[in-house]
Amino acid sequence: MNILSQARRSLGQADPNFGAPLDTTKGTILYVEGITVSFDGFRALNNLNLYIDEGELRCIIGPNGAGKTTMMDVITGKTKPDEGSVFFGQQINLLELSEHQIARGGIGRKFQKPTIFEALSVYENLELATAADKRVWWTLTQQLNSAQKYRIDEVLLQIGLQEHRYKNAGALSHGQKQWLEIGMLLMQNPRVLLVDEPVAGMTGEETEKTAELLLSLAGDHSVIVVEHDMKFVRSIARKVTVLHQGSVLTEGTMDQVQNDPKVIEVYLGE
Amino acid sequence: MRNPMQLFGRWQVQLILLLSLCCPVSIFAQDADTTASTTEAASDTTPAETPAVTEPEFDTLVKALTQGSLPKRAQTAKKLGKLEDHRVAGIIAALQQGNLYAEKSSDPIVAIVDNSGNYVDAISGEKIAADAAESLKRVPINNTMRTQLRTVLAALNLNDKNAAVRLDAVNRMIADGVDDDIIALLQERQKTEPDDDVRTAITAAVALMNLQSSEQQVRLDAIQILRGSLQQEVRTALLEIATNDADVKVKQQAQFALDSIEDRIAAFRLTENIFFGLSLGSVLLLSAIGLAITFGVMGVINMAHGELMMIGAYVTWVVQQVFPNHIAYSLMIAIPAAFIVAGLVGIAIERGVIRFLYGRPLETLLATFGISLILQQAARSIFSPLNRAVELPEWMSGSLVINPVLSITYNRLYIFIFGLLVFFALLVILKKTSLGLKVRAVSQNRAMARAVGVRASWVDAMTFGLGSGIAGIAGVALSQLTNVGPNLGQAYIIDSFMVVVFGGVGNLWGTLVGAMGLGIINKFLEPYAGAVLAKVLVLVLLILFIQKRPKGIFPQKGRAAAD
Amino acid sequence: MLTQRLLLSDRGGMIVLGLVLLAMVLVPICNILVPETSSLHISTFMVTLLGKFLCYALLALAVDLIWGYCGILSLGHGAFFALGGYAMGMYLMRQIGPRGQYGDPLLPDFMVFLNWKELPWYWQGFDMFWFAMLMVIVIPGLLAFVFGWLAFRSRVTGVYFSIITQALTYALLLAFFRNEMGFGGNNGLTDFKDILGFPIAANGTRISLFLASGFMLIIAYIACRYIVTSRMGKIIVSIRDAESRTRFCGYKVESYKLWLFVFSAILAGIAGALYVPQVGIINPGEFSPLNSIELVVWVATGGRGTLFGAIVGAFTVNYGKTIFTSYSPETWLFALGALFVIVTLVLPKGLVGLFNRNKKVPAKINTTAEPTNSTAETAKENV
Repeated sequence: MNILSQARRSLGQADPNFGAPLDTTKGTILYVEGITVSFDGFRALNNLNLYIDEGELRCIIGPNGAGKTTMMDVITGKTKPDEGSVFFGQQINLLELSEHQIARGGIGRKFQKPTIFEALSVYENLELATAADKRVWWTLTQQLNSAQKYRIDEVLLQIGLQEHRYKNAGALSHGQKQWLEIGMLLMQNPRVLLVDEPVAGMTGEETEKTAELLLSLAGDHSVIVVEHDMKFVRSIARKVTVLHQGSVLTEGTMDQVQNDPKVIEVYLGE
Repeated sequence: MRNPMQLFGRWQVQLILLLSLCCPVSIFAQDADTTASTTEAASDTTPAETPAVTEPEFDTLVKALTQGSLPKRAQTAKKLGKLEDHRVAGIIAALQQGNLYAEKSSDPIVAIVDNSGNYVDAISGEKIAADAAESLKRVPINNTMRTQLRTVLAALNLNDKNAAVRLDAVNRMIADGVDDDIIALLQERQKTEPDDDVRTAITAAVALMNLQSSEQQVRLDAIQILRGSLQQEVRTALLEIATNDADVKVKQQAQFALDSIEDRIAAFRLTENIFFGLSLGSVLLLSAIGLAITFGVMGVINMAHGELMMIGAYVTWVVQQVFPNHIAYSLMIAIPAAFIVAGLVGIAIERGVIRFLYGRPLETLLATFGISLILQQAARSIFSPLNRAVELPEWMSGSLVINPVLSITYNRLYIFIFGLLVFFALLVILKKTSLGLKVRAVSQNRAMARAVGVRASWVDAMTFGLGSGIAGIAGVALSQLTNVGPNLGQAYIIDSFMVVVFGGVGNLWGTLVGAMGLGIINKFLEPYAGAVLAKVLVLVLLILFIQKRPKGIFPQKGRAAAD
Repeated sequence: MLTQRLLLSDRGGMIVLGLVLLAMVLVPICNILVPETSSLHISTFMVTLLGKFLCYALLALAVDLIWGYCGILSLGHGAFFALGGYAMGMYLMRQIGPRGQYGDPLLPDFMVFLNWKELPWYWQGFDMFWFAMLMVIVIPGLLAFVFGWLAFRSRVTGVYFSIITQALTYALLLAFFRNEMGFGGNNGLTDFKDILGFPIAANGTRISLFLASGFMLIIAYIACRYIVTSRMGKIIVSIRDAESRTRFCGYKVESYKLWLFVFSAILAGIAGALYVPQVGIINPGEFSPLNSIELVVWVATGGRGTLFGAIVGAFTVNYGKTIFTSYSPETWLFALGALFVIVTLVLPKGLVGLFNRNKKVPAKINTTAEPTNSTAETAKENV
């Protein structure tokens, strides 16, 4: 019975009410409440609460194993939590949706390790990410329309890869791959961007460019950045959340956070 | 009331298990003809110390046994049976089996033909020259007489020193049907019998006789006594009473007794089924744990695993060819030999092919499949495409008879124990040895392990060698169950993969549970669906099982596992 | 525009399809018009052999589509081939009618032999050609749909998928060996008399079947080309290279895999249906896991990730097999085994890769090559 109903759901179901505009009347776009995830008795997330405002740029820091990546997994539907709720706007319960639905709904995610389609060109990478009907039968015949082509050019400019548009994505430098991945998120017209360690392995110049890019995105989108590089965080952060052992240790501006004795203990006390 | 028969069964099981673990010699070898073995035992254990009877009487009777009409000779046999002479059992057994030869005269030479075809004088025990034997003819015998002789033999065995022989004799009497003479004999013995089991058996025999009594109370008592017996004859007799007895109460009681017997039989059948399942499971375990190492720990799909088992089986065969006179000990050589040979082949495969393919599981799968084809064909070219039969050492053949409805073949029992031993040995190797530590280190983080000084490539080769060596050992075990042929491995490879998938990758306990679980499910489906359909059903169930638990019974959890 | 996309931009494919077309013209001519005495004459045996190869090529195409492009290694495609073959075989059995040894007007010989009194329900309708052809598509397609749906939705991937597909074909092998299944058990279906009224052994029928196989191969090739050059094709390749990225781009990866798998199974079924009348028999041996894995190596030999490579591989390996088995049968398994090893070790792009060495090959081959593989990564300390 269960399998049957699941079958009906997965075959016949259209996307959930994403057609309607997202209800963010309270100014908050993402509600993460009381999330607990355990792996074999180890609590990766422990009653985590996090609220992201519309258009905000939020940095999330924390030592290794604090649960940063697991939190992203929960928001994007990759991991189902044991307890808690995640709401997108006022109405949409993200825990009921699968990864592709959440992605279509407007939450984009960049992985820690750049993952792009290396066999395809930069342009094709963006083409695949374009917001369009992504059901199987449509993609068999679909072509890009002029508005979409225009949007791709726009994003190419934004991420600074306009000269490499026909290059194989596999041949890009590490930093360029990171930007391409961000570009792919942008093609989906997301409301929320989850960016995992965007500047790991980048040169100083690339880091600066990335900071500019992320700052320019905030406002139109809510951006959540997980990063280890404190200098980078300081350069972009308005509000910082510190995670420790699966829950929020403290929240505030960079200065507040850095002077918080609890944070100092976590980072230096060990 | 506690049933005496039940007690007897349990005690016997314990004793036999103890014995079979200490010395692998079967006491209850279930041969085609138990008479032969019991009489042998009789002549072994009743040495010449028996007070000699008056020689002339023995001589006369033996000679008379070969002459005259059948009924007369039967009488002679009975008389002979009453003499306490150690030669009697041999002579009567020979007569019964048609191995007794004699001249046709009033004072004949009587001879027994032994296993190698020599004529031995029945009275003096001396060999008779071939030319003298020419005048000897087989002593004729018919079925009636054969039955009578059996009783005589049983009576002889009843007085044997070995309790097991006596017990067998009583059971044989029950099987052949009891009459007044035998009951008298049994009751006589009952008074002096020291062994509990034999006494209970005699009680059952007497009760069986009492079922025919004309008195209601005697019959009812007999039914009570027979309530726990599992012997076919008892069931037949009770069924007879339950359907035909004139007395309603007796009828009813007999039916109750029958029902309780049926329940016990059902329980034993269930036990037997579980054992069959565990036995199949242990074979699966042996073939799957090697895979669990290479697949689970190293992430390598080794499709040639089955052929490594085949190599182990052929090693067993070759060892037996080299030492044809020491079959009993050949396994002791074959197990280490198979481990080494298969292990070396495994290392060669790893060094030659697999190490170029790490991180590309699908390619590894194809390459090792190619190797499996080559190994199969090599076996065909070297050993011929025909199956080779590996001889079973004596201590592995026969079966452990726990009671008339439950018996366990020794080879399956030993393989079950062996499978568990190998499993725990492997567990210890991985947990406690430095190789195990390195294996776990490399499997978790290759780069880090290398950074702290572990030679990753050496560990890879050793791990693969270990997995392959265990496949070789599994092959030795398989050779004790089936014929050895080039296709031996193929029959098990898919099942072994199923075990690993079912149990969960990277978890040896999962492999244990998976193997035993699949074995038992298979054996329980078989009676309803037949062997082939059971297998199909298991495969279908497994595919459905993966729906619920894609990562097996014992899944890996955590961020790494989710990728 | 479409021709450009499907054919002209695909030089290797043009060459291979051209050769197939040429064969379809020359083979009938050399068989019918050229006298038998001439060295150019092609015997009917040869026609059938080539027809068989065309079916194999179609099967290889089906495997290449899912393995080469989507990275799904199915070790059970032989099962779909065999199911298509059985559907055709059932039609051919029903065509025998009263001409069987037992002369039963309705029941095939083996059922009479088993003392069956009436035709099982699943044999109904197979006397009609259109129905049988529908089943050639529906049965493999349906099995692939159910199986694929179950497997893909629970995210069974990589070697796990390979192993359970192998188990699938193994289960079917065991099942079809049973007489009670009603498919002729061990012996399978054979002794066919005619197809669509034409005697099955006749020269003309053979040539027609050969031509049908060729046409089917060309149509299937163009269909596959259409898929892989569409946006869907790019998504499929993306799934192969970065499955979770594709998912986070908003694509429902399971659906893509499922429909591709179903399409591929249908192609395999059609190949089986064309194969059976040419070889004249279908038995459970076709389900053997060895067959399925062997056809994977055809694709690997030819060059996965290029559609024409699959065709090249199917022809090369099977031609080699024909030569080998007539010359010295024992060595064939050695050769096949060595081929598996060599192709994976030194020729990851197959024969086609040898010619394309200088050019940029669009398909990335070492799809799973990462510093540590996931299975090893997931292995835990408490093994």
